Amino acid sequence: MRQYRGNSDAIRSLVRSGEVHRDVYTDPELFELEMERLWHRAWVYVAHDSQVPKPGDYLTVQVAGQPLILLRSGDGQVRVLYNRCAHRGARLVSASAGNCGGLLRCPYHGWTYRLDGTLRTVPLKSGYAGSGFEESRAAHGLASVPAVAIHRGFVFVRLAADGPGFAEYFGESLTSIDNMADRSPEGRLEVVGGTLRYLHECNWKMFIENLNDTMHPMVAHESSAGTARDLWKDQPPEAAKPMVIEQFLPFVSNYDFFDKMGVKLFENGHSYTGVSFSIHSKYSAVPEYEARMVAAYGAERARAILSEIRHNTVYYPSLTVKGAIQTIRVVRPIAVNRTLIESFTLRLVGAPDSLLERSIMYNRLINAPTSVVGHDDLHCYRSIQEGLEADGNEWVSIHRNHAPGEEARAIAGVYNGTSEISVRGQFRAWLAAMA
Amino acid sequence: MASDAELIGFVYREARLIDEKRLDEWYELFAEDARYWIPLTRGQKSGLTENSLMFEDKLLLKVRIERLKNPHAYSQSQPSFCQHVLEAPGIEDRGAATGIAILRTPFLYLESRKDRQQVFAGVAWHHLRAVRGRLSIVLKKVELLNCDAALPSVELFP
Repeated sequence: MRQYRGNSDAIRSLVRSGEVHRDVYTDPELFELEMERLWHRAWVYVAHDSQVPKPGDYLTVQVAGQPLILLRSGDGQVRVLYNRCAHRGARLVSASAGNCGGLLRCPYHGWTYRLDGTLRTVPLKSGYAGSGFEESRAAHGLASVPAVAIHRGFVFVRLAADGPGFAEYFGESLTSIDNMADRSPEGRLEVVGGTLRYLHECNWKMFIENLNDTMHPMVAHESSAGTARDLWKDQPPEAAKPMVIEQFLPFVSNYDFFDKMGVKLFENGHSYTGVSFSIHSKYSAVPEYEARMVAAYGAERARAILSEIRHNTVYYPSLTVKGAIQTIRVVRPIAVNRTLIESFTLRLVGAPDSLLERSIMYNRLINAPTSVVGHDDLHCYRSIQEGLEADGNEWVSIHRNHAPGEEARAIAGVYNGTSEISVRGQFRAWLAAMA
Repeated sequence: MASDAELIGFVYREARLIDEKRLDEWYELFAEDARYWIPLTRGQKSGLTENSLMFEDKLLLKVRIERLKNPHAYSQSQPSFCQHVLEAPGIEDRGAATGIAILRTPFLYLESRKDRQQVFAGVAWHHLRAVRGRLSIVLKKVELLNCDAALPSVELFP
């Protein structure tokens, strides 16, 4: 097993112009370094602020091995604190969500904190007189993460004290979140309906690389979406399609469809498929919704918003959003071969309920642990995780549409949809953080 | 209305059809307007506006059943098998007033694929309607004990 910590040359040797070394997916030391470097320097998604609407509302979230509390303080601000009592290090809050009232209280010795993390009370405080406690780290209360940014309610953190600014990190890729929020007549989103939690026994990058992978749906999803197509094929063309058929059918579109769909890359590993159109383009119209959008934005702006129908936007490394159907998936790496994917539906505030029902159905059909689409994707990721143990070839090919001199150019731009350039863009970002 | 023995026997038979992979016969047990629901949260109110693990109508059940016959269902190239172990179904309502009998059945459900076996537990609720002497499922609601856990692929039918 090679050594990577303290060996930038060894890390740099893992990424070649059209291939990457299998260790990036299988080596536990590289995974540790990813958490320390890539996942600390990046802006990582935590939660949506609609999940903590009232003062005292909180969520506990694990990000890159760090236990965090996201909470709404009394002044209305959203804060992200480390979930660690300043005393002996106990996890302060154990529940995944709740309301803590006006303070946080440790269950071990009862130290309390205000919602901004400052230390409020310590029992039998007289015992600390002259002890040096007042000058210690503990007296400052809970640590906050170094940087928090909120965009249209999406709360991101940067766990490293130094690193790129939020706007600089995401650039124009934020327009995907904007388009999703703008699809609400009130420009607001709300996470509703609970969290689907799908445990993936594979490296987190397998999932990320699948999001803009357009060469697999017609193969991997033949048995699921293809079955839906076969069950529907004898219907007359003008027959109204049930929502489930509308959602499944486009998955088995042909190579030409996916190639013309296009993929757009940004710096820092972000991208989206569905530049020209996407698998979401042909859902039936909802006249009541369109009327509300025109009333809110005027006909021209409403049309501009609704004609932007992106597929998966990747916010590298932690988040993917599907604005056209209002679902998001969050990547929570646990180990080199273990990743939790959490999927959420967002309600478009001010839109008719039928849009939420459509999002709920899509999230369940595609993202649940019971999803027939998910089963075949995860089967493939696990096949890779296991297949990479094989000797005889240590390299993973990401050559598709690689052009000579690609590495010398900035990677941002629009490309044909079946290119593997989105994966090459991700590894550029990976290498910049890791070496 | 069906007898207690017929209601209880129906629940046992339904589980056996799934476990023996007689899924076309299992499909025929569902009424045209039936739902097979595995809620995501305890006390969940709606499968339409809240996420669920399953909230299948007959069309979706048909997609699942037909997919399992497809040689390109790659996640099943090493096939999964399942086994239900049921407590005696309890009759909550004989349906005299509504025409719909309700049964409650605590269960264990195991899915096995080669060297991996997953165990699930929960309570199954069957809402059964008798039409011309034949029982059919209007609602099968499966309340999984660990509905809020991070779950692996669940590929058959709890």
